[in-house]
Order: sequence, then structure tokens, then C-alpha cells
Amino acid sequence: MLRRIMAIAHKEFMHLRRDRLTFGMIAGIPLMLTLIFGYGINQDVRHLNAGVADLARTQASRQLIEDARATQIVDPEYSVDSTQALQALLRQGKVSIGIVIPPDFANRLVRGDRPAAQLLVDGSDPTLFASARQLSQLPFSTRTPKTSLDVARRPGTFSIRALYNPEGRSAVFVVPGLCAIILTQTLVLFTAASIVREKERGNIELLINTPVQTYELMIGKIIPFIVIGYIQITIILLLGVVLFNVPIAGSLINLYFAAGVFIAATLSMGLVVSAQAQTQFQAFQISILTLLPQVLLSGFIFPFDGMPRAVQIFSELLPVTHFLRILRGIVLRGATPAEVWPDIWPLFVIFLALMTLAVARFRKRLD
Amino acid sequence: MSTEQPGDGDYAVETHGLTRRFGAVTAVDHVDLRIPRRQIYGFLGPNGSGKSTTIRMLCGLLKPSEGDAVVLGHHVPKDAESLRRKIGYMTQKFSLYDDLGVRENLEFLAEIYTLPRASRRTRIDEVMEQFRLTELAKQRTGTMSGGQKQRLALAGAMIHNPELLFLDEPTSAVDPESRRDFWETLFELLDQGTTILVSTHYMDEAERCHELAIIENGHVAASGSPRSLMDRIDGMVVEVETEDFRSVRLALQSQSWVKSVTQLGSRMHVLLRDREEEPAAMVQSIMEKQGVEGTARTEHPNLEDVFVAVTHGGTNGGAPANVGEAS
Repeated sequence: MLRRIMAIAHKEFMHLRRDRLTFGMIAGIPLMLTLIFGYGINQDVRHLNAGVADLARTQASRQLIEDARATQIVDPEYSVDSTQALQALLRQGKVSIGIVIPPDFANRLVRGDRPAAQLLVDGSDPTLFASARQLSQLPFSTRTPKTSLDVARRPGTFSIRALYNPEGRSAVFVVPGLCAIILTQTLVLFTAASIVREKERGNIELLINTPVQTYELMIGKIIPFIVIGYIQITIILLLGVVLFNVPIAGSLINLYFAAGVFIAATLSMGLVVSAQAQTQFQAFQISILTLLPQVLLSGFIFPFDGMPRAVQIFSELLPVTHFLRILRGIVLRGATPAEVWPDIWPLFVIFLALMTLAVARFRKRLD
Repeated sequence: MSTEQPGDGDYAVETHGLTRRFGAVTAVDHVDLRIPRRQIYGFLGPNGSGKSTTIRMLCGLLKPSEGDAVVLGHHVPKDAESLRRKIGYMTQKFSLYDDLGVRENLEFLAEIYTLPRASRRTRIDEVMEQFRLTELAKQRTGTMSGGQKQRLALAGAMIHNPELLFLDEPTSAVDPESRRDFWETLFELLDQGTTILVSTHYMDEAERCHELAIIENGHVAASGSPRSLMDRIDGMVVEVETEDFRSVRLALQSQSWVKSVTQLGSRMHVLLRDREEEPAAMVQSIMEKQGVEGTARTEHPNLEDVFVAVTHGGTNGGAPANVGEAS
């Protein structure tokens, strides 16, 4: 069994070594896209999950929370009683924005020499940061009972404190996301093409007449691409660190483990495409089709929190959604293995489900 | 059914009513075959007659719509997996990897068939020697000639020493000399105990088989040894020497008992619909009646005559030739 799997894997490596163009793409795509995307994408968003630490507990502070809700930018769903608890919510990824209302809120409002409240933002996401800025600039009713002249001279109601990416540099948010997106794009395409190519060139008729088992063929097919996935992720992270000073806060071992599961899951998606398509062109088209929702719905461009519930459920089925969270968690927030586990096990499940589907869809027959 | 006793070992392949339909088209229509072991058995038929479909069903690659097949004692496609190691299959289209070298392709197959590690190297050397590939060891397969590819494909199909070899039009892409060499190799394999089933549309190749089945539109039109097939139509072939081809053709084609008239250089080859006592005299009298110059004499039939006699429905819409009911 292992011999046949390795025979398939070895053969795939040899195909790759001889296919100069594909070989070039393995390094070329990450290089190119990292450089292009290195310069951020910003979007307005609404309905971000927010947590509130209302330390003042006054009429005015409650009014502020309601005003924040009324902007529709944030949905203050969690209420905690300390800044520490709020930070914990942020680290766990339960909320994207934290609103801290200090005990002397009323005083600050009256004096107006410094911001009355503070926004804690998960700075690992560029769009969140932009939303927080938008929120801080809106006029709130609590501040208007005095004269409107005053208002103009005052600093904003909120000061913003970005956690995890204090300078708010877009490359820092974008690079980890790019890892997930680039891997998705190249790996689905490579595996999708690999089985269809055998169909197209007629190799499959020989292959299915040998004792090779379907699962051996499938596993053998993805092994070389797991290695390639690791090469790509290393290139992107290196570029991120060297060119864009992306800090890697968490453990690389943790990251590479999660990456392995993600790569296997994404490759299995390519296998499913491959078992379905009849020509390489079809495989290519279906791959592009699967790529688009993954880019748009994974949280790479639009924050996950801002999406409708139905779309969120769908996004949870995409491997890239989970890997994006894992990457941002580990690279930017220094999340521990336990903290990213809720996104690692779904990747295992997706991998097994897609692999089973690919094996089931492939027939060792021509009809 | 008798197919429940695979132990008898007389036949490498036995089928009953083997049928395969693709939508409305019946590619293989109730084919009964008995292919003895240690023989070269030929499928002779035009393109699209169902030869490849039959071979694919025997390999377990296509599911029969009806009927059953027992190959080396295994029911296919049910037991196809256990059959894999015992059969070799050379596909009509070259199906090894163009971007790999000769040796790399063979090494890949040796691993897939999990040949014992100890003997793997020697087995690869052996087939490379046998099929004259040793000097091409490092050559990329995509750059090789038709004949070289064909030898590699055969080497690949033989790497695991199968008992039964299926060859689907193996010589369609090679020159006549390579074809002759190829057949020499087949007889060597036969000597080593391999049963070979080969499909072809070349008469000279069909003639070299121990037995053959003539296939037309998914039916077995006739089967038996080439000699017996030719003997069966003795008395049906007449050769006419003439200067006036047009008139001879016109005179003979209108006769209901003439199946076909073919021009071969300066001679006309006439195939009758049934066996006759004095076929040359019949033809001669027609020509005399119509005032056409020429001499007719009875000729020994060749395999092409057999082929035309048993296939071709008949230009006058008559029933298929009676030789179709074989053995």
C-alpha cells in the first residue's frame, strides 16, 4: 500500500520537475501576489460583534452604547466588567471591537480635553481598523447638549487603541491572509489538473488497470503538493517578514502544523474537482469558480462578522475561512494551540469529508 | 451455468451473451467467446466494430449491460481487482507518461505492481533487453517513434509477467518492419506461456493468429482458425483475367449470386454468395452471354475474402453468408 502511494507521489514529483511553467508558478504566484496585495484593501463594514466594558454605569454611558449600536457599525453583544475581560474576548475572536467606558466618563465628557471613551480594536484586520476610525468620528448625542461650537474643537469621543497591530499597517493584516488565499488558489488548481491530465492524455486507462487502489492514488497525488504548499507558505511569510516587517507573534511549529491540515483539506477539494471534470479546461474553470467565494467570503476581504448569518454558515465550510483565522491568530495575536483548536478540528473534518468524496466519486472504470 | 467452474482451465476467456450498450447504440451485441490458453487469439474487424469495448469489458474497465464474462477464472467486473495482477493491457492509445523516461515509466509500473524489491531491477533490465529498449533507457517517451513507444507499451504490459495479455490494435501506429518485429516478439511471449488476445484490422496479422473472431457491428460474424475460415468459403472465389474491367464488373454485379467484385491490378476478384460446384464455369458463361472478353478460374480464398463474405450484409440485400455459423 505505502509503496504504491509513494510510487504515485514520486511520479507526480517527476511530472512537476519537468513541467517548467508549473514549477515556476509555485514560486512565482506567491511572490507576485504578495507584492501586489502588500498594499491593503479597505472596506466599510457593519454589524461587527462588539463587547462593552461599561465602568461608569451612568445614564450617559448607556446612551453612548445605544448611540454606537445605532450607527450599525457595531452590535454590542457582550457586556463585561473589566478591560481585561474585554481583551480576552478579543483574543478569543468572539468580538472584533471592544468599547471601554472609563469610570470618570461623565467628567471627561464635561471637561472635553481628552477622549471620553476608548475603542479596543483587533488590529489584525484592516477593515476593522477602518471601521473603528469611522465610529470614532461620528457625532454622538451625549456630546451635543452643550454648544455645537464646543464639539468641533473637542477630540473625538473615542480614542482608538489597536491591539496586535498598533501602527495599523495594512501589510501586516494582508500578508497572513495572503498565505491562505494564495495556497487556496494554487493548490486547488494543481490537484484539479493532476487527475484530469491523466484522463486527457489517456494514462488513466493504464492506471486503472493496475492494482493501484483509489485511495492510494488520491493520497499519492496530494503528497507532492503538500510539500509545495509548505514551500509557498514559507516564501510568503519570509517576504512578509523581510519586506513588510510582519511580526510573527505565535509559534511557527503551531502554524506549520495547522498549515499541513489546511493544505491537505484544500488539495482534497482539488481532487473532488478533478474527479468531476473531464478536461483540464473544465477543471480550470471549476477551480476558478471555487476560488471566488473563498476569496470573498473567507474574511480576507470583508470581515466575517459583517456577513449575513447564512453566508457565515457557508463560509464555515470553506477551509480557507478557518485557516485565515488560524493565521491571523498565530501570526498577529500570538494565539496558543488551544486558542486556535476550534479552527483546526473543522479543517480535519473538511479534509476527511472531501477526501472521502473524491475517493467515492472516482471509479476504476471507464463508464 | 458452466462458468461456475473456473477450474477446468481450458479457456483463458469465456463469455456468454456479452453485451454493452451506450445509450441507444449497442457496441457489443451478445458475444460468445471461448479463448483457449496459450494461443494468440485475434479480433478482426473495422474501427468501431466493438473490439475495444469487448477488451475493456474483459479487463473489467467497462461494465457489461448484459451477459457475463469469466477471465482466468475470475468473473468480471465483479472480481476485476483480483484479476489485475494476472493480466496485462496494452491500450490502443499510448498510455504511459510522455514526460518520463523509458526506465522511469517501467520503474513506476514495477512499483505499482509491487514487484519484489530484490528482483525488481533484474526484471526491468530483462524487459528492456527483451523489447530492445536498453539503449533508450533515459529517453523521454514523448520524443520516441511509434515503434519504440509500442515496444515500451508492450514492455509495460508485461512487466509483472501476466498470464494473459490484451493488445488493442497494437500496430496501428507503426511501420511494416516494426510490425513484423512486433509479431516475432508476440510469438516469443507465447513460447513463455502467455495467452495473447490481439485486436487488429490488418488481414496479414489476423492470419498469424491461432484463432480469430471476425467482428462486425458488435457481432461475432465468424470465428475459428484462419485456415478453417478460408476452407469454409472454398468454391466461392473466382479470378478473372480481362482487359475490359468495366464490362466484366457490370456483367457480374447484376447477378444475384455474386457478392462482390474487386479489381486487383490486371485481375478481377469475384466473391460468390454461396459455395458452388463449378464457380469458374458459372462466371465464364455469364461473360460469354454478355459478350465480354476474359478468362475465369477458381481461386483459393484468402482472409480478406472470408472477411468480405461474412460481413457486408450483401449488395443485393440477401441474408448473411451461411459461413457465419461457426464451429
